[in-house]
Amino acid sequence: MSHPTMKEVLFNPVFANNPIALQILGICSALAVTSSLNTALVMSIALTLVTAFANLFISLIRVQIPSSIRMIVQMVIIASLVILVDQVLRAYAFNIAKQLSVFVGLIITNCIVMGRAEGFAMQNPPLLSFLDGVGNGLGYSAMLLLLGFVRELFGAGKLFGIDIIPLTKDGGWYEPNGLLLLPPSAFFLIGMIIWVLRQWKKNQVEPLVFAMAPQVSDKEGI
Amino acid sequence: MSTKHQSTPRTLLVALVVSLVSSVFVAGSAVVLKPIQLENRLIDKQRNILSIAGVGKSDLSSKEVKELFASSIKARVVDMQTGDYADQFDPQAFDPLKAARDPKLSTALPLAEDIALIKRRERYTTVYTVERDGKMESLILPVRGYGLWSTLHGFLAVKSDLKTVIGFGFYQHAETPGLGGEVDNPKWKALWPGKVLFDASGKPAIRIVKGNVDPSNPNAAYQVDALAGATLTSNGVDRLLQFWLGEQGFGPYLAKLRAQGV
Repeated sequence: MSHPTMKEVLFNPVFANNPIALQILGICSALAVTSSLNTALVMSIALTLVTAFANLFISLIRVQIPSSIRMIVQMVIIASLVILVDQVLRAYAFNIAKQLSVFVGLIITNCIVMGRAEGFAMQNPPLLSFLDGVGNGLGYSAMLLLLGFVRELFGAGKLFGIDIIPLTKDGGWYEPNGLLLLPPSAFFLIGMIIWVLRQWKKNQVEPLVFAMAPQVSDKEGI
Repeated sequence: MSTKHQSTPRTLLVALVVSLVSSVFVAGSAVVLKPIQLENRLIDKQRNILSIAGVGKSDLSSKEVKELFASSIKARVVDMQTGDYADQFDPQAFDPLKAARDPKLSTALPLAEDIALIKRRERYTTVYTVERDGKMESLILPVRGYGLWSTLHGFLAVKSDLKTVIGFGFYQHAETPGLGGEVDNPKWKALWPGKVLFDASGKPAIRIVKGNVDPSNPNAAYQVDALAGATLTSNGVDRLLQFWLGEQGFGPYLAKLRAQGV
């Protein structure tokens, strides 16, 4: 990471270093807003913009920020951007803003934004930091859209609110899987995506921190 | 980073500048976008009134909502104590919820009468009517009351007989999604049309009951199935209907209308 190129910072986070799949950050919102593709898409755009511009502004003033208050300065910038996004959504995408409710505000606490600000923008020039923000936003978006696609298609038989599979209640043949519309289903899906990703890119498999001892007796623990 | 960036005055200066710049951005965006946001909220409310009154299709664009609302819905301010129209207020500008907070335009409710838990009731409120050939076809009343976590704000549309429900729904609440939040569920809302609000003697008779409503029961027309797993929200909805249909609510107004024979 001594001299990352623009291409690296932009595309690595999509598969090689996905913020959700490898760093396991930003899970909360990935569970909450992916029951339909519309909300997932808007959330993805919102988070990408916030991460990119937070990185840009923090990187611009990074040499001026005293290290004793750097976290709070990052937080102020991120929070202002999030409020800005929230206000714009309420003005121009009222229905989606209603559905996303608190989750736009909660971008402030999304570990991806803070993690990129502290981990990348504080050490790198503005343009590179901006692209790093976009890249991580893309990684997050890829995951959200994949989850949204599966959940909306098999949970409601729709994509972007348009009927794709005819449901039994409307006279079709498909009985939707209601579990997919509930947040826990995203947990299972993320787990499966991580497994597939690590089958494909073996270097993402983490070494075991400790091995489990074999069970000694069947009475143990009773 | 050099040491001059770490001194206390410098730290304070950076903190001050960053806060100032950020607050200008935040305040600026809030002020610039406020008119558009208010417009959105108004359209959302109008869309709800239209859908509860069963006027127009469900997927209208914002512009269509405004036009349809302007052409088919008539708003008028009512004096809740006397039941007369209070045409000194402009219904476009009058805000009943603001009036409910104004001591001059509202009355504090004693606890025993405040069954909907709204604390103060406005003296004047806005009602909406759908008219055809100069005759009232339906009447849309604003209602509100406390559920489990939040005040539910909604509308109740009745036919010109002033007791048969056309539609009932809420446009703003913060009940638990999946439980009390199911007041928004189209299936539950579909239980309301056709229900009868008042019995033969003119007393509010509509109730929310536990378990399925037995259609053979003589009172079935006055009963609606409660929300599963949301007893407190259901009780809140039940009580807010009792309140707004009663003497403290629209009772005087509805009595006047009946007397005039609309």
